[in-house]
Amino acid sequence: MEKKAKYFGYSITRDRQIDYDANNHDICKIIAKAEPTLNLCISCGTCAATCTAGQFTDFSLRQVILLLRRGETKSLENEVSKCMLCGKCQLVCPRNVSTRNLVIQIGKALYDKKLSAETVNTK
Amino acid sequence: MGKHVVVIGAGPAGLETSASLAKLGFHVTLVEKEDVSGGHLKKWHALFPTLLSGKDALETITKGLDSSIKIQTATKVTGLEAVNDYFTISGHNGWQEKADAVVLTTGFQLFDSHRKEEYGYGIYENVITSADLEELFASGKAFVNRHGNKPERVGFVHCVGSRDEKVNNLHCSKVCCITAVKQAIEVKQLLPDAEVFCFYMDLRMFGRHYEELYKEAQEKYNIQFIRGRLSESTEDRDGNIVVKVEDTLLGKPLRIKVGLLVLMAGMEPAPDTKPLANMLGLKNVSDGFIQPLDEVLHTNSTEIPGVFVAGTCSGPKSVSDTLADARSAALAVADYLKS
Repeated sequence: MEKKAKYFGYSITRDRQIDYDANNHDICKIIAKAEPTLNLCISCGTCAATCTAGQFTDFSLRQVILLLRRGETKSLENEVSKCMLCGKCQLVCPRNVSTRNLVIQIGKALYDKKLSAETVNTK
Repeated sequence: MGKHVVVIGAGPAGLETSASLAKLGFHVTLVEKEDVSGGHLKKWHALFPTLLSGKDALETITKGLDSSIKIQTATKVTGLEAVNDYFTISGHNGWQEKADAVVLTTGFQLFDSHRKEEYGYGIYENVITSADLEELFASGKAFVNRHGNKPERVGFVHCVGSRDEKVNNLHCSKVCCITAVKQAIEVKQLLPDAEVFCFYMDLRMFGRHYEELYKEAQEKYNIQFIRGRLSESTEDRDGNIVVKVEDTLLGKPLRIKVGLLVLMAGMEPAPDTKPLANMLGLKNVSDGFIQPLDEVLHTNSTEIPGVFVAGTCSGPKSVSDTLADARSAALAVADYLKS
């Protein structure tokens, strides 16, 4: 039966909507607590405009913050490792978001989450 | 009635307040630190959204002045004191008067774009401000950049000195979005072959016919709006300005060369406002604009009876908002003096 279905030529297309209700919003809360200026971002993109990492990779702090806010944490896994912590974004941010610490806190939260997941798995 | 009102600052707000107060029957003295009245409007070529000439607007406003109004120019107010139920006001040149009420119409100062060093004003010749552009329009001279070339591309940077805590200005200056749209259209009218870009964070087209002008800019003039705030600009060897911005809607950093970059300088409290407020003991809000008694109900009154505000000294306003505010202030003064 499975084989027939495959030959039939149809497949199920995954829903690409942001499933806000199903998403994990805890990480954003943890990070916002550790670095409250996260909540001040207005997505102007000045950080991403000046970012050297963003010139060569698809890293954009503006997008990372949005993904966090929407709970799209799965796509965040490798993002912050692209940042070199040079701090140029912090110099240009019009809302005084503490961008360097934000990146550090995001990395930390993701790392802690991974650790706790591993702990659960080994049990 | 014989009541006397002193109005401080002879820009559009002061002129209109004085004219309205005189019509209501009060004796008015209008004090101005400069030799000529008119404020910033003197240098402004055309006003949004109708492209009304700044000169015509100022003439019409000035025409409303009654001959009974005493205009005290070239006088900087250095003393302002509440004494019982009247005020004494004195100037640096020995001028002194008593008044039953005082209206502060000290206006705004244009943000000094040198402070956004990363945008290159005062460093690169082809980076100018919106006010510089108005002067260029008003001069009637050929539209060329500082190298004498017709720019093939012109960029407008929104929110320069506004909504920017790095220069200690959290507030929105209200008028720059629509001014950029107006100026972009004027550039296209002068240089139909030029490409024009506006770099913005938000487009705040809140006023009557602002959205229509924005649509006209897209539809008729093909002006490109790129959602991203500049991080910096540099100059290439030909004197072009290279702009760095994130195209936030595409999620990619973008680099673009323009022949002329116009910075939409925002409004800051005029430097004279704070000293005057201090003399009266008025509390300033943290952003330096004067706080009215109530931001919804009593927009022209202050916490001190007999002291009123009109125009941009209480926050950024368009010329039309300023004129309406001035007339409203005159009624507030009349209400106070008649009671």
